[in-house]
Amino acid sequence: MTIRSIDPDPRVLQLHDGAAALGLPSVGDVHVADLVHVRGELSDDDRQKLHSLLVDPLLQKGTWSTPTGRAVEIALLPGVTDTAADAVMAAAEMLDLSIEHASTGLRVEFEDRVDDTLVHAIAERLLMNPIIERSAMGTIEPTAAADEETQVAASVVPLRGLDDDGLAEVGVERALYLDPEELRVIRDHFESIGRDPTDVEIETLAQTWSEHCAHKTFRAIVHATEPGESSPRRRESLMKQLRSCTEEIDAPFVRSAFVGNAGVIEFAKGTTLALKAETHNHPSAVEPFGGANTGVGGVIRDVLGIAHKPIAVTDILCFGPTDLPLDDLPDGSLHPRRIEEGVIAGVADYGNKIGLPTVAGAILYDPAYTTNPLVFAGCIGTAPARRLHEGPDSGDRVIVLGGATGRDGIRGATFSSATMDATTGEVAGASVQIGDPIVEKLLIDVLVGAEDMYSAITDCGAGGLSSAVGEMAEGVGADVDLALVPRKYPGLEPWEVWLSEAQERMVVSVPPRGVSALAKRCEKAGVNWADIGSFTGDGILVVRNDGEKVAELDTAFLHDGRPQREMNATLPDPKRSGATSRTVEDPAATLLALLGHPNIASKAATIHRYDHEILGATVVRPLIGAASDGPADGVVLAAPTDTHGIAIGIGVNPWHGLHDPEGMAFNAVDEAVRNVVAVGADPDKIALLDNFSWGDPRRESTMGDLVAAVDGCCAAAFMFNAPFVSGKDSLNNEYVGADGERHAVPPTLVITAVGHVPDADRCVTPDLLTPGNVLMLIGSTETEFAGSHLDLVLGQPDDPGVAPAPDPDAAMHYRNLHAAMQAGLIVSCHDVSEGGLAVALAEMCIAGRLGATIEDLPHEDLATALFSESAGRLVVEVEERSVPAFLRIMDDDVFPLGHVSESGNLSLPGVDAIGVSDLADAFNSRATAVHAEDSTGDTK
Amino acid sequence: MSRVPAIVITGPGTNRDHDVATALEFAGADVRIVSSRAVVDNPRHLDEARVAVVAGGFSYADSLGAGRMLALDLTLGLGDRLENFVAQGRPLLGICNGFQVLSRTSLLPGSLGHNAQGEFDCRWVVLDRVERSNSVWTKGIDDPIHCPIAHGEGRYVHPDPESLAAAGQVALRYRSTNPNGSVNDIAGVSDPTGLVLGLMPHPENHIVLRQHPHHRRGGGGTSHLGLRIFETGVAHAKQL
Repeated sequence: MTIRSIDPDPRVLQLHDGAAALGLPSVGDVHVADLVHVRGELSDDDRQKLHSLLVDPLLQKGTWSTPTGRAVEIALLPGVTDTAADAVMAAAEMLDLSIEHASTGLRVEFEDRVDDTLVHAIAERLLMNPIIERSAMGTIEPTAAADEETQVAASVVPLRGLDDDGLAEVGVERALYLDPEELRVIRDHFESIGRDPTDVEIETLAQTWSEHCAHKTFRAIVHATEPGESSPRRRESLMKQLRSCTEEIDAPFVRSAFVGNAGVIEFAKGTTLALKAETHNHPSAVEPFGGANTGVGGVIRDVLGIAHKPIAVTDILCFGPTDLPLDDLPDGSLHPRRIEEGVIAGVADYGNKIGLPTVAGAILYDPAYTTNPLVFAGCIGTAPARRLHEGPDSGDRVIVLGGATGRDGIRGATFSSATMDATTGEVAGASVQIGDPIVEKLLIDVLVGAEDMYSAITDCGAGGLSSAVGEMAEGVGADVDLALVPRKYPGLEPWEVWLSEAQERMVVSVPPRGVSALAKRCEKAGVNWADIGSFTGDGILVVRNDGEKVAELDTAFLHDGRPQREMNATLPDPKRSGATSRTVEDPAATLLALLGHPNIASKAATIHRYDHEILGATVVRPLIGAASDGPADGVVLAAPTDTHGIAIGIGVNPWHGLHDPEGMAFNAVDEAVRNVVAVGADPDKIALLDNFSWGDPRRESTMGDLVAAVDGCCAAAFMFNAPFVSGKDSLNNEYVGADGERHAVPPTLVITAVGHVPDADRCVTPDLLTPGNVLMLIGSTETEFAGSHLDLVLGQPDDPGVAPAPDPDAAMHYRNLHAAMQAGLIVSCHDVSEGGLAVALAEMCIAGRLGATIEDLPHEDLATALFSESAGRLVVEVEERSVPAFLRIMDDDVFPLGHVSESGNLSLPGVDAIGVSDLADAFNSRATAVHAEDSTGDTK
Repeated sequence: MSRVPAIVITGPGTNRDHDVATALEFAGADVRIVSSRAVVDNPRHLDEARVAVVAGGFSYADSLGAGRMLALDLTLGLGDRLENFVAQGRPLLGICNGFQVLSRTSLLPGSLGHNAQGEFDCRWVVLDRVERSNSVWTKGIDDPIHCPIAHGEGRYVHPDPESLAAAGQVALRYRSTNPNGSVNDIAGVSDPTGLVLGLMPHPENHIVLRQHPHHRRGGGGTSHLGLRIFETGVAHAKQL
């Protein structure tokens, strides 16, 4: 059956846009059709029934005749989940039709004049992904069921007696990504027990010891050489440093930090929050939609995996320039535009379908992210306060919930720990995971409210069952049989079942007497479950395949046998003195250019593709103000029935990190904290998440940057009294530069701050409200341009000067500001970050659709006053009559800037007045999807 | 006075069921959320309710087209029970995916196609109640309702929208901004009796004042709450 839309199919427009963006010649008239292939004995009446099932007569036309003409057809590879085909099968059963097999596909029809080369180019560059799809000119053979193979046995990997070269060979052959020392330890272990490992065992070890799962770099002893010193100093591991920082802060609201799947805090008595942010960089580089999609799915499962109900999703994305010329695109990389489109669609698809608001976020662009796009996904959950699960207990059953297991995502954990190169896409083909948000939604339905039915829970993420069961079995031991694991198709090798990263699966340990109750609950919700074995109590992890042992590992060796890694680091020597200013010929034009810079310009085109309204708790949205197009600092969530809420803020600035990783990290914490304080959060109730995306830490300078950044994080956490509760690192994010050399991505540290908002009815946003009100600046302004957005727009001079230094007064300022907010003195408030004071003021004008007349600037140097990115600053709007009270609370430590005006202009001293509509146009220049103006109206 | 028994019907993947339940509770109903499968197994769930809402989301992952599979449950699965529910004068509401579901049964006219701009869209809209509407869900509502949309397939399609309007079956129209290319700005339609309403926007996400995006700027207000629609439907059911 070929199904065509009667009205123009939106996919045609996307195809034209995409082709134009890739610089491909015009393809003229294009038609898109959906294909449904079915195999079975069907009468005419049956065909008619199926026709009315598949085709909506008001929207579509369907035909059973085989289409002809110039076209390319795309279908899934055998074995890849085809949810639409599954639905055809399910519906056919309800309609009593006997269909043996169904599959689906896509058909794109071209004019005859379009040659094969162009059709191929469009198919390969825009339409299909060879990792999960195939294409054919004309008509395609329907996807058959995957070959039925017999059960494959585990094989033995001869390891004993191998020398380093031999071990290295095994490492490469099986893509283990283990160090020589680690391979030696594994060899010695098996020599000591007198046998060779099975493939299941070696893969389990590689996964458990992977950078992704074991955080070897963050757990390594560091030998750090400080600038000016000749010999290194031994330092404790970065992980330990972050943990002790949280312990020393000893915040009363922390319930659990750096253990389990997510951090847990309790702001309001009786309700805990689970916080987690993850990276999903490597998968997103290879298959942007699937990578981002499953990144969101994974972090939501992390929150489920600590027994909390997910309530919101965040995302921070880093891409290469979307206008990158095709000739500059490195071999083996997808174009940034395609990555951006795929990643955003992937985030939107998962969040929208699972029914969670996608709220806080950021999108950054830099050439360094071209081959290494970064995707940070976060999730927040809530639960009635209860004791954390402490199982599993010996005798508990090992229950797998959710989706079936297929060949998807094999070796994702080890792949994530590798460095990308031109062949990565091919080698790592099987690493791509396929998401199904509806299956995960059903998992949420089953698990929320079932907290008393299990003794422990974890999600199947990187490393699949190997990681989930392996971690749960630590110290306890388990005995499981892979033959009991539900599969998507036959023919999987035992180690593939064990390592598969098939999505939407959770593992729970359940006392035997409780299994039937959980099973009943699953069946009611339509969630699959399988009892695959038990936790034994002997500390040994036994994996069987239909009864036969395929792995027997002492969990003590599995979890503690890994040799302690030691890493060398050369700490950076950032320039901290000798400020250099900038010459800005035309400040007005420069401000407009900054507002239109991809990093600063409105992200409305993306934000509107995310459902940020579901659950009804989004009180401060990502876009705010008179025309709902001003950027908010943080978002605030508060359920309709609650008085209090939580604020979420993000801090990230990789460009500062290029000049001063430590200062950058401090200021990323400052920015995240500032963003939540700006919307009304209590500065004394803030918890932090860290996410590092870094280069190869074996390069000593890259490791040194990481060490410096962790120092900055800890110093800031102490100053703000805001503890880190969870974090994640993604290393080996490297690219080959124009010089042919390998480079690390800029030090990209994303800080997420979650703060308690005492009164959700009284949040503050950046939109100017009333002409005549006074504008004041909090924080001091210095000449700090290194890594600034002014330099991104005007070009960096030979001597960039210094990056913004930490502001030692920031914590005090924020506490005072919060007191002023609590007293109702703050009308609007905006943080000063990328682009400096001029951009902050412009954004306030845009958000309020009001002008501002600035009479005094906080620095005698115009460029510094307007565009420097000094940390710790906020602009506030205060009523004239409230000024004395405000000054009293702030200890007079504020700088009066000027007034809100009705002029419709932003007037800055020494700068031509700029119309607010011009500011808005510049800011919205990239927001192409803002087709509809806000119409809910300012009805005040 | 006793509370009105209400049912929120879901399919696997429905995700605004709790939002709808909260709105119905605010409107004075006693709410149960029940899956279509459970209703098919035990139709008493439906028979006991005075008000029914098919909530939004992505039931059955939109497989074979938005709403298709859940519509099969409510027709093939339930037989004529849903039609009987309406025949007894009980109000039935389909929101977003629920509207897509009901449009695929014989209860509501027209279809919902891909948004004209081709993408999922989430933003606030203003809905005008159509003067001549027969809907029991909007009776007496004068001020426009403010609430968000969040859908990719909300473009209302009907071969003869003028006669639909003449029959009083156009209940709500988008004011000034038509977010998805719906014919004649139609946001919500009724069945010929006015008991069944389908609409794409989400009135259940505007039930308290601070949810309004311009709340801090003095925007919104009680008369623009989406809650009004639930209050009106529940009040109608109360008289039964």
